[in-house]
Amino acid sequence: MNPFQDYNDMVNRRQFLKRGSMGLGSVAMGSLLAKAGVTGMGSHFPAKAKRVIFLFMAGAPSQLDLFDYKPDLHKRFKEPLPPSVSKGQRVTAMTKGKEQLVAPSMFKFHRQGRSGVYLSELLPHIGSVIDDICIIKSTNTDAINHDPGKTLLCTGAEIPGKASMGSWLSYGLGRINESLPDFVVLNSAFWSGKVNVQALYSRLWGSGFLPSKHQGVAFQAAGDPVLFLSNPAGVSREGRRRMLDLVTSLNEEHLETVGDPEIQTTIAQQEMAFRMQASVPELTDLSGEPEHVLDLYGPEVRQSGSFARNCLLARRMAERDVRFVQLFHRGWDHHTALPANIRGQARDVDQPCAALLKDLKQRGLLEDTLVVFGGEFGRTTYGQGKLEVDNYGRDHHPRCFSTWMAGAGIKGGMTYGETDDYCYNVVKDPVHVRDFNATILHQLGLDHNRLTFPFLGLDQKLTGVNEAHVVKDILA
Amino acid sequence: MKYFIGLLTVATGLWAGAEEVSFNADIRPIFSKHCMTCHGPDAGLDEHGKSKRKGELRLDRAEGPEGAYRVLDGVQAIKPGDLKGSELWRRITTDDADDRMPPVKAHVDPLTSAEKETLRKWIVEGAKYEEFWSFVPARERELPGVKNKKWSARPIDQFTLAKMEEKGLVPNARADKRTLIRRVSFDLTGLPPSLEEIEEFLADHSEDAYERLVSRLMEKPQYGEHMAKYWLDLVRFADTNGMHHDHYRDMTPYRDWVIRSFNENLGYDEFVKYQVAGDLYPEPSTEQLIGSGFNRLHLIIDVGTALPEESFTKNVIDRVSAVGTAFMGMTLGCAVCHDHKFDPLTQKEFFQLYAFFNNFDGEPETGRRSGSDFKRGLQAPYIMVPTAEEKEKLAALDVGLEGLEGELKALQAAEARDEGAIKAKEGELKKAQEARGKFEETLRGAMVMKERTEVRPAHVLVRGAYDQPGEEVQRDTPAFLPPLKAEEGTRDRMDLAEWLVAPENPLTARVEVNRIWQQFFGVGLVKTAEDFGVQGQWPSHPKLLDYLTTEFVASRWDVKALVRMIVLSETYQQSSVAPRERFVTDPENRMLARGSRFRLDSEMIRDQVLAVSGLLNLEMYGFSVKPPQPAGLWKAVAMPSSYPREYVADAGGKIHRRSIYTFWKRGMPPPQMSIFDAPTREACIARRERTNTPLQALVLMNEDQYFGAAKKFAENLFEVPELNEDQRLARAYETVTSQEPSELTVGKLREGLKGFRGYYSSNPDLAKAVAGEEGDEVSRAERAAWTMLVHSLLNLDVVKTHE
Repeated sequence: MNPFQDYNDMVNRRQFLKRGSMGLGSVAMGSLLAKAGVTGMGSHFPAKAKRVIFLFMAGAPSQLDLFDYKPDLHKRFKEPLPPSVSKGQRVTAMTKGKEQLVAPSMFKFHRQGRSGVYLSELLPHIGSVIDDICIIKSTNTDAINHDPGKTLLCTGAEIPGKASMGSWLSYGLGRINESLPDFVVLNSAFWSGKVNVQALYSRLWGSGFLPSKHQGVAFQAAGDPVLFLSNPAGVSREGRRRMLDLVTSLNEEHLETVGDPEIQTTIAQQEMAFRMQASVPELTDLSGEPEHVLDLYGPEVRQSGSFARNCLLARRMAERDVRFVQLFHRGWDHHTALPANIRGQARDVDQPCAALLKDLKQRGLLEDTLVVFGGEFGRTTYGQGKLEVDNYGRDHHPRCFSTWMAGAGIKGGMTYGETDDYCYNVVKDPVHVRDFNATILHQLGLDHNRLTFPFLGLDQKLTGVNEAHVVKDILA
Repeated sequence: MKYFIGLLTVATGLWAGAEEVSFNADIRPIFSKHCMTCHGPDAGLDEHGKSKRKGELRLDRAEGPEGAYRVLDGVQAIKPGDLKGSELWRRITTDDADDRMPPVKAHVDPLTSAEKETLRKWIVEGAKYEEFWSFVPARERELPGVKNKKWSARPIDQFTLAKMEEKGLVPNARADKRTLIRRVSFDLTGLPPSLEEIEEFLADHSEDAYERLVSRLMEKPQYGEHMAKYWLDLVRFADTNGMHHDHYRDMTPYRDWVIRSFNENLGYDEFVKYQVAGDLYPEPSTEQLIGSGFNRLHLIIDVGTALPEESFTKNVIDRVSAVGTAFMGMTLGCAVCHDHKFDPLTQKEFFQLYAFFNNFDGEPETGRRSGSDFKRGLQAPYIMVPTAEEKEKLAALDVGLEGLEGELKALQAAEARDEGAIKAKEGELKKAQEARGKFEETLRGAMVMKERTEVRPAHVLVRGAYDQPGEEVQRDTPAFLPPLKAEEGTRDRMDLAEWLVAPENPLTARVEVNRIWQQFFGVGLVKTAEDFGVQGQWPSHPKLLDYLTTEFVASRWDVKALVRMIVLSETYQQSSVAPRERFVTDPENRMLARGSRFRLDSEMIRDQVLAVSGLLNLEMYGFSVKPPQPAGLWKAVAMPSSYPREYVADAGGKIHRRSIYTFWKRGMPPPQMSIFDAPTREACIARRERTNTPLQALVLMNEDQYFGAAKKFAENLFEVPELNEDQRLARAYETVTSQEPSELTVGKLREGLKGFRGYYSSNPDLAKAVAGEEGDEVSRAERAAWTMLVHSLLNLDVVKTHE
């Protein structure tokens, strides 16, 4: 019998039993059976997406200056926002009690693609692939500050402690590639926005109440891409092999005495670590990428830790069936000097995002790879700080913001949802963060109501306790 | 596929009993899983203003106008003993999709046929309801009858044996002495035994050798450190604020106090009271005040980012939820927005508890960046807690200051004023004052709880929103638990603390006893240590838990006595060696028919590696320390103005302190810990998951300190020159595993060493990288080979396993 299969069966049997006694539903079982080669994926229905690349714009980009075109707003420059629009809604501590004067976007918008979707002049490259993209203009959230906002988008709750989206997928669907992690996080090491850079927290890719093997593995821009991957100085691959042979032989002897199959798991995981020591460097080695592919992503692709480089890495991971890749690009929190800062930020991401879509498409991967783009909330239509036609800032705005999705059964070349003339409230087809997340799960063949885990007395879900709806209208 | 089902049947077979169906054990979990969302305690309104309870029916109780026995329009939901007269039975068995329960739109799983059968049996047997087990005080003291009279007369063993006999199991043999000393040393101190300790124990053939070993271990100061480790997870102790900038926050005096409390065996009732209300003792001691810092361990956001009123509300909710998880084993937080879905806790009752904690006399957000408080990670209210030495130094500085002031006065009062001398003296005084100020800044302060004089009113918050106060509420405890004794109007946190540890409170002692049990067996008698509510798991040994609980309270909440009782039981001392099937049928050892085998926590793994290589620094207490970690981890998540932003590792002995002293940034906890399932300390965690992953294997293989420990260990082996190679191999093996190697093992080690020797002889550069410049090529290859040998041993499964 194949020793690896043998190990897998043993692990699965054990976990199956453990989980069985916790009364877990069909999902986990599906994944276990899938891993044991008994049936297909652990999904609830046929999936459109096999994997997801989530481009998280941390700090909250301005929808007014990038995606949500308000052609008449410039007529209202510096006019107070009418109370009939602001409706006394909650604002942040920074602009509480201050006058709310309209700050129209200084940027031009043009129709793009066959579909003629309007897009800001800051995003010419994304414009070139707009026919593959669905922009959701009516995304909205509950949180008004970064930390809770990011935590909500990534884990379904503002309060820390819940499981992140990638860890839910790992738990529900299992791993496809047995030599790589199934949930990888790539953080940009630098970005252009120079004001108000916000923090990240490992909880954003943490496993919360799920077993920690489901947590995201954050690749490092410098040093080992995976923590502790490289052998110590003086230990070559041959030395490591020798050492593992000795360890395995002793562990097997121990297994015979003790009987606990968990020892077999240890042996198998040490072997997996050994394989990762080869597969991860192979994954991150870009020397085999032809020039024209590198050029597609733009000049920064040659710099380690750039968003462009991370997009290319994400494509390589998609090729190798890493289930969930999440990129975090910071620097979008433009309370002041927004025009100057957003130009740089848009430049950071515009070409790489478009390149990622093109590159996936030319390899036939866009069909079953869902690409998602978005931040934790939007920005206010009223200015913050200095307010001039070409210099203004914007505060946090949870009531509407723009996100987009592409690939894996998402309709391209369309926008969904509408905001009012001020870009302050959603007037049509609202998409709450939980609807957004439910839709992502749906494309992976998962019913957000059935992907559950019992903890603290609740069947926990990524979408939380409130009702969530899949946004069916954007699905092809 | 068949194979799986077969195994599952075996596993559940261990749990199923032929006896009468019990409402608590069998029926309540079914209702809870499939029915309670709509037919449970929550009587709140949904977003459309409609009652969330459907059909005027609640299944959590029998009586009352909406109880399960109620007759409405001639229909009775459950008619005891009468299946046909029970509408519930019709609705769960009907083929009519419109009538069938649970309805599809409720998004809950349908009932399985086994569940239906259980319900059928229960209704036929009379549909008897029971009060929920954990809400009734522990009373059970009677020992069960057992067939095997020879095994053990200790009460714990009587209970576990009765269960084993019920399931047709027999206890395992006692573990051998080496395994036993290793197990109990880890369990009581978090560290492995030294070779000398093993030798001493083996040589002791007296009857009470093991008992005395246990006493020795419990007297070690490392006992308190180890016990504190679990507690710090539970109360989410950390060194940063956890939000926004995730700035530094120094709560380390609280950690020291927890360690001391365990070592001095402070009664658990007092331990609880200090934490909930230490500041409200008539004249609180320093220890009591530090303990009240429990109320300051919540996450806290930076000033100027959120709305203070909102932050305030979040902090109080966090505080109350922590009391729920840590002391009550209840998920109180579920009732912030609505009545609890499963437990009999109303939203109003949550805010009655909230009212005890909303009167904090301090800011709801962090202080501004300037000033020494910020630098020291402190925020008012706090007290200074200098060590005796520091106090002396302060006193000396004060004496010096006084002297200088006197001299200055004398100079100023002199008839012939010497302006030059006065100026010089003033300069001297200023310098001394600055020196004192600087010194003061190096001292530790302990953040404490403090009550405002005027009581802040509390309201139910509609849907939990901070800006939607509803009905005003008074301080009170939930109605499903015993009443609070103090008069309304005068109630404070101390009354609540007294109520928590009153003998009639059914939860506090049970929850703690269960957590302590969990430390020693890997799983609690109640597996869901964080949830003793309706959704929590039914205890594997309810009577044993009751017995231990009553003993614990009767012993005046004596933690050491409880620990002693557990480790002296035969149940605990069983060997963990068993046939493979036993691990498969009962992977978590819930039936306790063997010793528990499970992965050690991250701290125990790291401390062990440092200990066996002679690197461990046993210095206790004080500020947190920063052992090396891979570069850039903090910077990758921090804000440019986060304080601190970059991880600067300590140097010298500090890096080899026990892991409990490692600096804990909530936004990026030490990876050596989190990769092994340590929580982020953002939320209260009563039990850690235990996984087995390739990333863990990589830590043990490649982390600098771990490999460095192997080098040091190899050097140590040569400090005993009289050993021959086999003896040296045996010594290395025994130091790591506490076991003597078999012939076979020594053979493998010898072969391994030979292989490494050959490898490094033919790769002198690699040898140099491991063994350094010293000596010639041969001796370098030798040292490198031994390093790899030891390194191999440190990667064995047993190093990370409780056996």
